[in-house]
Amino acid sequence: MRIIVVGCGKVGATITEQLIQENHDVTVIDKDSNVVTDITNNFDVMGLVGNGASYEIQKDAGIEKTDLLIAATDSDELNLLCCLIARKAGNCNTIARVRNPLYSKEVSFIKEELGLSMTINPEYAAATEIARLLRFPSAIEIETFAKGRAELLKFPIAEGSVLHNRSLVEVSQKIKEEVLICVVERGDEVIIPNGSFVLQENDVVSIIASPKKAKQFFDKIGVDTHQAKDATIVGGGTIAHYLAEQLLNTGVAVKIVEKDLKRCEELSELLPGAIIIHGDATNQDVLLEEGTNRADAVVTLTGLDEANIFLSLFVRNSSKAKVITKVDRINFSELMGTFPLGSVINPKKITANYIIRYVRAMQNSIGSNVETLYRIVNNKAEALEFTIKGDAPVLGIPLKDLTLKKNLLIACVNRKGKIIIPNGMFTLEQGDTVVVVTTQQGLGDIRDILK
Amino acid sequence: MNYGIIGYILGWVLTIESLFMFLPCIIAAIYREETGWTFLTVAVIGLLAGFVITRRKPKNTVFFTREGFVIVSLSWIVMSLVGAIPFVLNGDIPNFTNALFETISGFTTTGASILADVEALSKCSLFWRSFTHWIGGMGVLVFLLAILPMTGGHNMHLMRAESTGPAVGKLVPKVKETAKILYMIYFCMTVVQIVLLLIAGMPWFDAVTTAVGTAGTGGFGIKADSMAGYSPAIQWIVTIFMILFGVNFNMYYLLLGKNKLNAFKLEEVRWYFVVILVSTGIITANIASTYSNLSDAVRDAAFQVGSIITTTGFATTDFVIWPMASQVILVILMFLGACAGSTGGGVKISRIVIMLKAVKQEVMYLLHPKSVKMIKMDDKALDKSVVRNVTVFLATYVLIYIVSLILVSFDNFDFATTFTGVMATLNNIGPGLGAVGPTGNFDGFSDLSKYVLMFDMLAGRLELYPMLLLLTPAVWKKN
Repeated sequence: MRIIVVGCGKVGATITEQLIQENHDVTVIDKDSNVVTDITNNFDVMGLVGNGASYEIQKDAGIEKTDLLIAATDSDELNLLCCLIARKAGNCNTIARVRNPLYSKEVSFIKEELGLSMTINPEYAAATEIARLLRFPSAIEIETFAKGRAELLKFPIAEGSVLHNRSLVEVSQKIKEEVLICVVERGDEVIIPNGSFVLQENDVVSIIASPKKAKQFFDKIGVDTHQAKDATIVGGGTIAHYLAEQLLNTGVAVKIVEKDLKRCEELSELLPGAIIIHGDATNQDVLLEEGTNRADAVVTLTGLDEANIFLSLFVRNSSKAKVITKVDRINFSELMGTFPLGSVINPKKITANYIIRYVRAMQNSIGSNVETLYRIVNNKAEALEFTIKGDAPVLGIPLKDLTLKKNLLIACVNRKGKIIIPNGMFTLEQGDTVVVVTTQQGLGDIRDILK
Repeated sequence: MNYGIIGYILGWVLTIESLFMFLPCIIAAIYREETGWTFLTVAVIGLLAGFVITRRKPKNTVFFTREGFVIVSLSWIVMSLVGAIPFVLNGDIPNFTNALFETISGFTTTGASILADVEALSKCSLFWRSFTHWIGGMGVLVFLLAILPMTGGHNMHLMRAESTGPAVGKLVPKVKETAKILYMIYFCMTVVQIVLLLIAGMPWFDAVTTAVGTAGTGGFGIKADSMAGYSPAIQWIVTIFMILFGVNFNMYYLLLGKNKLNAFKLEEVRWYFVVILVSTGIITANIASTYSNLSDAVRDAAFQVGSIITTTGFATTDFVIWPMASQVILVILMFLGACAGSTGGGVKISRIVIMLKAVKQEVMYLLHPKSVKMIKMDDKALDKSVVRNVTVFLATYVLIYIVSLILVSFDNFDFATTFTGVMATLNNIGPGLGAVGPTGNFDGFSDLSKYVLMFDMLAGRLELYPMLLLLTPAVWKKN
């Protein structure tokens, strides 16, 4: 695909590197000529110096023939403007990095009105990733798709599980939670189950559910999620804010240690459920006083990589807590692996990965009416995203009355930014985005899901 | 220094050259010439050697600017050495120094010859001599980039070292695609010229050799009198194509695209045409009195101007006997050269334009010491480093010129011969004035001078720095 990347900071450069490896035609635009020279010397890309939001520059970069524009400068407004102009000038897909929490809340409106394909907030993405790590043990694998909106949780059915020898109808009657079992792997076979499907021991089951529902589901079926019950966050930046919000939502007690009193006050206002501690976490006594050695989890999120690394090493040494360390600089990452730092999180890398996953999904869908196509469950099944247009033959019919193809499931619906897991009575409306999970290949249009 | 990758790419260069060498074998087969066997032998041995070298890809394929420059300069030297062997073996040019001079002159698209009687050469040698222009015109490494499955952004270092002009850019995001587009344009234009020459009544062998010589802006003729013996129509076709091949190839790419008008907005190309028109006008006026009719005068003036400014070096007349003013204009054109990003040599119009703008800026600066003014080209502000590169390039150019001039002057030729001889080689033109004029040749120089001029030809074609880097001991040290 032809892709334009505006802004060659760390995120831009990481994305560019990945895109080149996947053999895309990349043009980069940056204001700083040194940055552009650098990147064109290291990668097989075309470089342009200038303001990426300028129509002239975009035209020089060949916007008319471009499939995707990724705006990753450090200014939200510039990114949005870039995408808006690209949308009008080239009618291409656009991705913007939007990190201001104020805009983040209005993201679904902005996306719809400006015709953005995707927005990404590095801090929010990092927080989500950390929350995920805290919520589930490693036995449960998590895949995201539909631009990060839906999660697929994959786990094996243990011996003696309540799910053994039960059909899906029975399971849903018993559990009464809004979760959808969408893919079952039995040996080498991949099955998209219907209601009468009977689960067995050692089946590997993938479910779609919201984080809170997933937790309750696991509790009910007796899978120990080893979920951290409390977490101490060191450093009260934006990531900490998002992370605390998500953790509190899923019932995890949160304690934030922050050095700046003003920020502490802000946080206590924003997060009434959290305990905010004003203190310097690099002082051991503060940590000990707050009982970090007894905490289930400690996340180090200060602005200094060095401080985070030291804090994590200290916590690792003095307690059994799950440790997550945020590191901004990617350099020396091999070396980092040799320290017992627990999970290392790099917000920029996460951002780049999200975007790359979307680019792949977009590439897969070229030449069809599919919006994105994610290969899930080790490429054995596909999750396709369709937008329901006015003339779709599925409009206004309850799902149970649709004659769907075999091995195909309507997994979730995105209605104006809200993820719904539909039941049989659900009817699709114009403008909905539908995620279909299937093992059938070559679906090109929403019509194709019908028999 | 990554010696592995240098060897690997040199192996590919050898392979490509050997493949190209099968073409003169075909010519030899057509004309039933015994001399063709030498080409076949060298081609087969080269192909085998290239195959052995390229069989193992080095583990570390990362390389940087200096490797890029060294690869390019070494490639050209290897290419020239191998390309010279058939001439020596088949006895067309028995002296190795002379054969090497002729081959370097071919690959660098200079067209300076040491042959007194061109027509005595066998057809396959004549063809190979002209065809080296075509290979050298766009560059063998650019060709390699177009066909080799090489990955990584490092390839740009190769392209930049081999292509001409102050700021080498890409047409499309991928180096490979850019190289392909350039060669497609190059190939198509060559074919069009061959067809036109055939229509104008040129024998096919002459048409092919002339076209490949024009495309590379080389200038090896297959006749003792270069182009003088051909009809006016043929001369006009050659004139036009010489000028077209001296144009920045970006223009053709723009012409192929949607916004065709942008092609005519390129500042360098506009200056290039202005210079050609003005020079032709002045020379025509200057020589008109010696011609019986005006159309002959215009044709000769245009042909010579086109030939010299694009650094091709074909001739339809012996301009050594022209009035002084015309000769001086030609010498100035020798210095100017063609557009950046073309197959032509010389300093390049864009560099001259940038330099003149820098001079203007300096004068402004004296008038208004606090004034701030960016130098612009094509309506875009030029990076300061580009302006600096241009001035340093000119200084280096003059330096190399002076050193060569001193070394060559010991051969005790007259001033015009020495002065223009060095200029004609360093700028890849071919003929100069005096004894090295269109009807003369370079055989009279001593071996030392010939090697100096060979260095100048390579330095001129590769735009100085790759060759200079080769002479810098620090490059070969470990760190």
